[in-house]
Amino acid sequence: MSIDSPSQQTSVDGYDADSTGHWGRFGGRFVPEALVAALDELTAAFEQARTDPDFIATLAHLQRTYTGRPSPVTDAARLAEHAGGARILLKREDLNHTGSHKINNVLGQALLTQRMGKTRVIAETGAGQHGVATATACALLGLECTVYMGAEDTRRQALNVARMELLGAEVVAVETGSQTLKDAINDAMRDWVTTVDRTHYILGTVTGPHPFPTMVRDFQRVIGDEARQQVLDLTGALPDAVVACVGGGSNAMGIFTAFLGDVGVRLYGFEAGGDGVETGRHAARMAGGSPGVLHGTRTYVMQDEMGQTVASHSISAGLDYPGVGPQHAWLHETGRATYAPVTDAEAMAAFELVCRTEGIIPAIESAHAVAGALQVGRDLGPDAVVLVNLSGRGDKDVATAASWFGISAGEGGA
Amino acid sequence: MSSLPELFERTRAEGRAALIGYLPAGFPTVDGAIDAMVAMVEGGVDAIEVGLPYSDPLLDGPTIQAAVDRALQTGATTSDVLDTVRAVAQTGVPTLVMSYWNPIERFGVDRFAHALAEAGGSGVITADITPEEAGDWLTASEREGLARVFLVAPSSTNDRIALTTAAASGFVYAAAVMGVTGARDQVAPAARELVERTRAQTSLPICVGLGVSSGGQAAEIAQFADGVIVGSAFVRALLDAESTEAGIEGVRALAAELRVGVGAPGGT
Repeated sequence: MSIDSPSQQTSVDGYDADSTGHWGRFGGRFVPEALVAALDELTAAFEQARTDPDFIATLAHLQRTYTGRPSPVTDAARLAEHAGGARILLKREDLNHTGSHKINNVLGQALLTQRMGKTRVIAETGAGQHGVATATACALLGLECTVYMGAEDTRRQALNVARMELLGAEVVAVETGSQTLKDAINDAMRDWVTTVDRTHYILGTVTGPHPFPTMVRDFQRVIGDEARQQVLDLTGALPDAVVACVGGGSNAMGIFTAFLGDVGVRLYGFEAGGDGVETGRHAARMAGGSPGVLHGTRTYVMQDEMGQTVASHSISAGLDYPGVGPQHAWLHETGRATYAPVTDAEAMAAFELVCRTEGIIPAIESAHAVAGALQVGRDLGPDAVVLVNLSGRGDKDVATAASWFGISAGEGGA
Repeated sequence: MSSLPELFERTRAEGRAALIGYLPAGFPTVDGAIDAMVAMVEGGVDAIEVGLPYSDPLLDGPTIQAAVDRALQTGATTSDVLDTVRAVAQTGVPTLVMSYWNPIERFGVDRFAHALAEAGGSGVITADITPEEAGDWLTASEREGLARVFLVAPSSTNDRIALTTAAASGFVYAAAVMGVTGARDQVAPAARELVERTRAQTSLPICVGLGVSSGGQAAEIAQFADGVIVGSAFVRALLDAESTEAGIEGVRALAAELRVGVGAPGGT
């Protein structure tokens, strides 16, 4: 599957950023001048690569023989009984190598790193999924790898720290600020501005300065390109709704993009509602944030009256981020996609349901999408077909889930 | 009160570089920061950058982040920053704000520009915005007569330096190294090369910052730049002191040392 094979793609005209990475007032490039040259270099390298048959073939080969693409679509009949009878189709990104959709983006950017003649990669990670995927790709391609991770997260996700180290990456525990994902991004940016001549920053989601939101989306759109055809083959029609969870938003943009031009297909993004938006302890940027600038882009941000970033909260580390990709902000503002919060409790109920009805332990991130899909299914009725991006597997979340449900899980993990 | 053009006219006449000092507002307290900035002026600093504390200062190293975190913990606000500017500008030196973009956008670009001009501020140094994204700010700063200080970096192409300096006013901030704020032992060769490339594009004064901490470094930069910008070393003097009073005396002494470095004549 290529990232740029026109026969596979539906039109995203009117949904794409302008040449400087803006969707309306969102997106753009809010960075220190020192990084502009590197972002220009990256933009040029990506523009060349996306139409280069060699690059496309190399990436497609890796996707097929290393990641395990295409990922299947599972008809989740027993789960669907809890969705008012609507048909629920799961796009199984959890079956990818390293356990989530993150590998799609990482392989593309790691190949770009080589193309640019750079030898070192840095990345940020929250739960560790993007860090593990990056460490994996760097091992595969022989790149030096440093992963920034909030000190708080290194304690919560010790298993993923060990994974990255086994794969040969250096993991830096970030002690500044709130010691979580946003601070890991700050430190990755600081590293990058110092070492940019030989280092590429593999940003893990569809946010950050241009070209990251566009580039990461394009490396992830393979999810929706595959799924759109798979649903057509399976049902003879497009789905009525496409559902994903939204942290930074890369799995959601990955599955949404193929359907943007299908105006009859409803798109739903579910954010982390944490303890409930009304409590302030959440990561629902659309419902509880406002437009602002964070980490190089203008988007919806959780911020106070002074423009200081406010700490987010979610049981899911992968959704626990105070910003969101700028294209999501645009899809929200234009109404093309609908965003709503799912609380910790709702997500964990869906988590248990997927385990018990389908024999799939989902990532808690993905459980937010399932919780949302059950509601969408009930709203749309029994004739509806709802495509859900099951973005990752829940191995990393076993300790968290065991604690939530009061099961003894032994030592370590969370 | 002297304006930025008057300052650089004077320092050129005196055959020396201008000395520009940075401290964040609100650290260790709003009043303590004002006292420290006044001491900097008394020690020989020619212009002050008042830092607007921000939760995610990705161009700053650990020293400034530590001070800014403490300022935020004690509740420093954008209004406190403006009050600080008002107090420091009364000493007669040009007083600028150094900020990341989001707090200014949140305050309201027009409202911030108007309030800063009303407080006697001379302009804003913007850490994470380039002219391409600065449309509202270009308009507002023009209307209020505020300097727009953008950064150029060793990685900037000559085309970008031309674009950036064309949009800038007051002076140009040349980042001496690729990296974040924080004291370094030596002046990088990249600083001189960057100043030369920038000089070819603009008649604006060019001031060099990032990593400058000693009188010796200031003297070296003063040979090829119009101004020397020092931040982390002043913050460090406050952070390391046993009391605010001792910190303020440390800041005053550092200012005097740096002032000797940038070239002796003039005094205050």
